[in-house]
Amino acid sequence: MTIGGIVLRSLRQHALSTVVTAASVALAGGLLMSVWVVKQQSQATFTGVNAGFDAVLGARGSKLQLVLNAIFHLEASPGNLAWQDFLDIQEDPNVELAIPLAVGDNYRGYRLVGTTPELFHKAEYAPGKHFELQAGGDWFDPGRREAVVGDFVARKMRLKVGDTFHPFHGLIFDEKNQHSETYVVIGALKPSNTPADRVIWIPLAGIQRMSGHDPNAATDVSAVLVKLKAGSAIAGFQMDMMYNKQGNRLTFAWPIGRVMADLFDKIGWFDRVLTLVCYLVMLVAAGSILASIYNSMNERRREFAILRALGARRATVFSAIVLEAAAIAALGMSAAFGIYLGLVTFVAGIIRAQTGVVLDPFSFNPVMLWSPAAFTALGALSGVVPAIKAYRTDVASNLTPPS
Amino acid sequence: MMLLEISDLRKSFLTPDGSDHCVVNVKSFALSEQAQMALEGESGSGKTTFLHPIAGILKPDAGRIVLAGQEMSALKEPARDRLRATTIGYIFQTFNLLQGYTCLENVLLGMSFGPGADRNLAEKLLKRVGLGQRLAHYPRQLSSGQQQRVAVARALANNPKLVLADEPTGNLDHKSARESLALIREACRENEAALLLVSHDREVLGQFEHVGDFHKMNRAFAQEVET
Repeated sequence: MTIGGIVLRSLRQHALSTVVTAASVALAGGLLMSVWVVKQQSQATFTGVNAGFDAVLGARGSKLQLVLNAIFHLEASPGNLAWQDFLDIQEDPNVELAIPLAVGDNYRGYRLVGTTPELFHKAEYAPGKHFELQAGGDWFDPGRREAVVGDFVARKMRLKVGDTFHPFHGLIFDEKNQHSETYVVIGALKPSNTPADRVIWIPLAGIQRMSGHDPNAATDVSAVLVKLKAGSAIAGFQMDMMYNKQGNRLTFAWPIGRVMADLFDKIGWFDRVLTLVCYLVMLVAAGSILASIYNSMNERRREFAILRALGARRATVFSAIVLEAAAIAALGMSAAFGIYLGLVTFVAGIIRAQTGVVLDPFSFNPVMLWSPAAFTALGALSGVVPAIKAYRTDVASNLTPPS
Repeated sequence: MMLLEISDLRKSFLTPDGSDHCVVNVKSFALSEQAQMALEGESGSGKTTFLHPIAGILKPDAGRIVLAGQEMSALKEPARDRLRATTIGYIFQTFNLLQGYTCLENVLLGMSFGPGADRNLAEKLLKRVGLGQRLAHYPRQLSSGQQQRVAVARALANNPKLVLADEPTGNLDHKSARESLALIREACRENEAALLLVSHDREVLGQFEHVGDFHKMNRAFAQEVET
């Protein structure tokens, strides 16, 4: 019988404490992996999502607010900009594509975004990917009260082609603020796994001329999505200078990923606290292994004495305890993957519902390799203290059962 | 040919007041190969403490123990462990079976630190002691007599040259004790192992042709009685 066999039988004999301790490791490991993956994936996704554009032009205000509003369809618009501003940037020789957006209404909490059909036909929300319609749908006619609903909204609100609805004023749903206009769902987008899935798209004029909106702002837009021509990196810098430094009326958020990265930099302290908490949870789990095995040492002294009387060396007994601790940690980490999947799936669901950003629990992250290794090593380390106690067990005095 | 030779063996323990208390003081003792011998002694006479240095579990304070041509008393602990694992089988009064192991696993464990686990031999030994139908039973599922039989099988598992039996019938009823003793003796004979048994039970001692008086042999106990 190998040391592995001895360890296996010991785990089986102390099944309850093995399961409880392994469960605490599983919770800690699952939590650590979840926090790590959600943190890294959300940071990578939020800084990577740009809807296929390089910049956002909007009213004077915060770049972050502008990006959140125009790209993630969160937050309120910092204000409007004139139609001429849109035309100016559209005609800039460095600009490949400029798409105006108008916001200000919702349907039961889901944002209505007014835009032009070019968004669907010309923009690539990801390299090589254009928005596509689900079967039986069509793109809206800019002159009609028609809507194309994002996949998430279609599923949540059970909207299908032919359904009609009344928009509500504002970005937050309030039953009392219903507009009189009736919109017809003409199509539903195939899932794009971007914030566009959480939006109801209608013609730009629909938002601009909705009843109750200021007629003086009927040609204003909330933001303009800007795609620069390839190789025009310097143009982005020049526009940044022109709009942000020389001008004082508009804000040019460029590059979009940098704006989001700045946000994550600002909340870096939170990230560090979270990481610290994870490490502490790891230590607590290791402590639970130590306590569990150490507490069983007194009742197991005779077991060690018998093993030694049968010819086991002190080093064998020591190794068996260290391996047992490592095995509990490894067992826990196996279960941790289940907890990780459950937690990340749950959190990803919330993030998707709130932002449209999709996290993939099955996507590989190095934490899935190093955390089981670290936990197992930490488990083994926590087994050293009880192993020393086992190592020192006096054989002769422990061969007789306690009376 | 002598299997075990002991000379001037002394073993003392520290008492709570800090003084040395000599428990074993044996001038000489010898046991030939395949011999069967019993040592008679009351409880507290130092019988178990006498067996422990022979098994290498305790290091004597002084004296020489030569077992199967190797000087056990001069070996360092790992070497003593190795010699014990390959040369000695030990049967305890309290059986000392591991409760988390089945009968078969307990016997396999007895082989693990010596020649290596041999499942066929372990099963054969358990069948020999009448437990062929109890291979997967745990000690708690067996009677005391059956547990002692597992201990016998385990003691013979590493094909030892010497079996030490410390009050092997002390926890058994009259009938089981008789059967168990007969089994130990037969099994040792079949496996060509010498047997050194210590007991205070006169009926047990009466089964042996060679019985030594441990009271007389152990000068430490004799001196204690005198004082």
